[in-house]
Amino acid sequence: MKRFLKIVFFALFIKPVVFIVLGLNIRGRDNLPKQGPAVIVANHNSHLDTMVLMSLYPLSMIHKVRPVAAADYFVEKGGFMAWLSQKCIGIIPMDRSGKTERDALFDGCQSALDNGNVLILFPEGSRGEPERMSDLKKGVYFLLKGRPDTTVTPVMLHGLGRALPKGEALLVPFNCDVIIGNQIAHKGSADEFIGDVSESFTTLSEYCLTIEKTNDDTDL
Amino acid sequence: MMSIPQNSLYLMGTVFVLLLIASGVSFMFTVRNPDSDYTELRQRIQSWWVMIGILFTVLLASKGVAITFFAFLSFLMLKEFLSIVPTRMTDRRAIFWAYAAIPVQYFWVYVEWYGMFIIFVPIFLVLILPMRMVLVGETRGFIRSAGVLTWTTMLSIFSISHIAFLMVLPVKNEAAGYMGLVLFILFMTQFNDVCQYVWGKKFGKHKIIPKVSPNKTWEGFLGGFFTITVCASLVAPLLTPLSFLQGAGAGALIGFSGFIGDVVISSVKRDLQIKDSGNLIPGHGGVLDRLDSLTYTAPLFFHYVYYLHY
Repeated sequence: MKRFLKIVFFALFIKPVVFIVLGLNIRGRDNLPKQGPAVIVANHNSHLDTMVLMSLYPLSMIHKVRPVAAADYFVEKGGFMAWLSQKCIGIIPMDRSGKTERDALFDGCQSALDNGNVLILFPEGSRGEPERMSDLKKGVYFLLKGRPDTTVTPVMLHGLGRALPKGEALLVPFNCDVIIGNQIAHKGSADEFIGDVSESFTTLSEYCLTIEKTNDDTDL
Repeated sequence: MMSIPQNSLYLMGTVFVLLLIASGVSFMFTVRNPDSDYTELRQRIQSWWVMIGILFTVLLASKGVAITFFAFLSFLMLKEFLSIVPTRMTDRRAIFWAYAAIPVQYFWVYVEWYGMFIIFVPIFLVLILPMRMVLVGETRGFIRSAGVLTWTTMLSIFSISHIAFLMVLPVKNEAAGYMGLVLFILFMTQFNDVCQYVWGKKFGKHKIIPKVSPNKTWEGFLGGFFTITVCASLVAPLLTPLSFLQGAGAGALIGFSGFIGDVVISSVKRDLQIKDSGNLIPGHGGVLDRLDSLTYTAPLFFHYVYYLHY
């Protein structure tokens, strides 16, 4: 039933919005992990980020794609938002308050990975200022420690923060860049790993069509 | 069963034959030189099949469906345009109004209100959009944003809607029906692009504007220009109210302005240091890459015909 709801929600509402109202410039589609256990790490600017990343998957697989999202924002306030994010999107809630032990923090993610799901993670932790990159958190590293079976794929998104920025209800159509990179190898230390992730975001952003390039040399 | 006007049917048939030839030639290339990569050529031709298929379907469905289709093209083009040019976060509301103007502009087309159709974008929208920006109140970068937004709406909405209005002009060539003029401008413009490319590829030597588009040559431009002038003079009497000579004039107009439209959009992309404006159409790039010439040829051809016959 839950799976059915998710498919209907994406087929009738999310996919049309993502592909017709917005429109994507996709690069590196073949790099997208086709099956779990896998983790997608992306930069975060808008609620649309999750919708776009999930829409990259066919409806037959969409129940296996699970975004990791803040429990305090999406679940604990209850009401429509909680219903939507749990029933229609199928989020894995993440406690940001710091009250949960580090090991227990990832229980939901671990069992999802055990079931062969594809997790979507935003290591910036929050949407932050539109189209600006914040510092990356190290959670992904600790989640993957001891899980050599799980691949990590970086995805750079651009333009969605302009289409629907934080705190805005009006969606304005824009084409958005979705640049999918090569898998990132597991590393010995958290800093090293996060360094690699952040470097790959920088490399991928070179391929974005919607980022204004500095054009000083041609100034007349 | 609806009947397709004879001459329009012939043109559609001709286009299918041309596409078949293109597919055949592309297949021959791959067989003859198995080592070369013809992926882009193959994708380009495949996309042509899809685009032509969609276009003919909507044109044959009904005027209303075809008008809606061109409105959707305007939307796709404006969206792509505004996604690549620099805009400010504070322009979001004004941009939303620009999108909202698309159905309104095409509604004037649908109800055949020429007076409103011709002033709505250049008068109302161009005056209103900067006002909406003023209401937001951000003055830093105002000039650039106002310029970008009014120019992109003029090209994406105003220019493209002229194609749709060609369908609601009273039919003066019964053998071509309401779709005759549209088929003529679309076919001639796209064929002009292809001809200029082929002539340039075969005989191109002297560059016209190396700074903007290094592949554009005088040989390509003139070759295409004369080919289209001759073709248009022969085809115009069949599809439009234009005579043989008037058709030659239309061909010259399309050959020249198609080239300008192409290099204007090329300049935009060069300024932004990108090659394609999107990747919606495999082998071609974005919608803007395909409609670039039409933003110039459509309104110019429309008013040429309008002046001579309406």
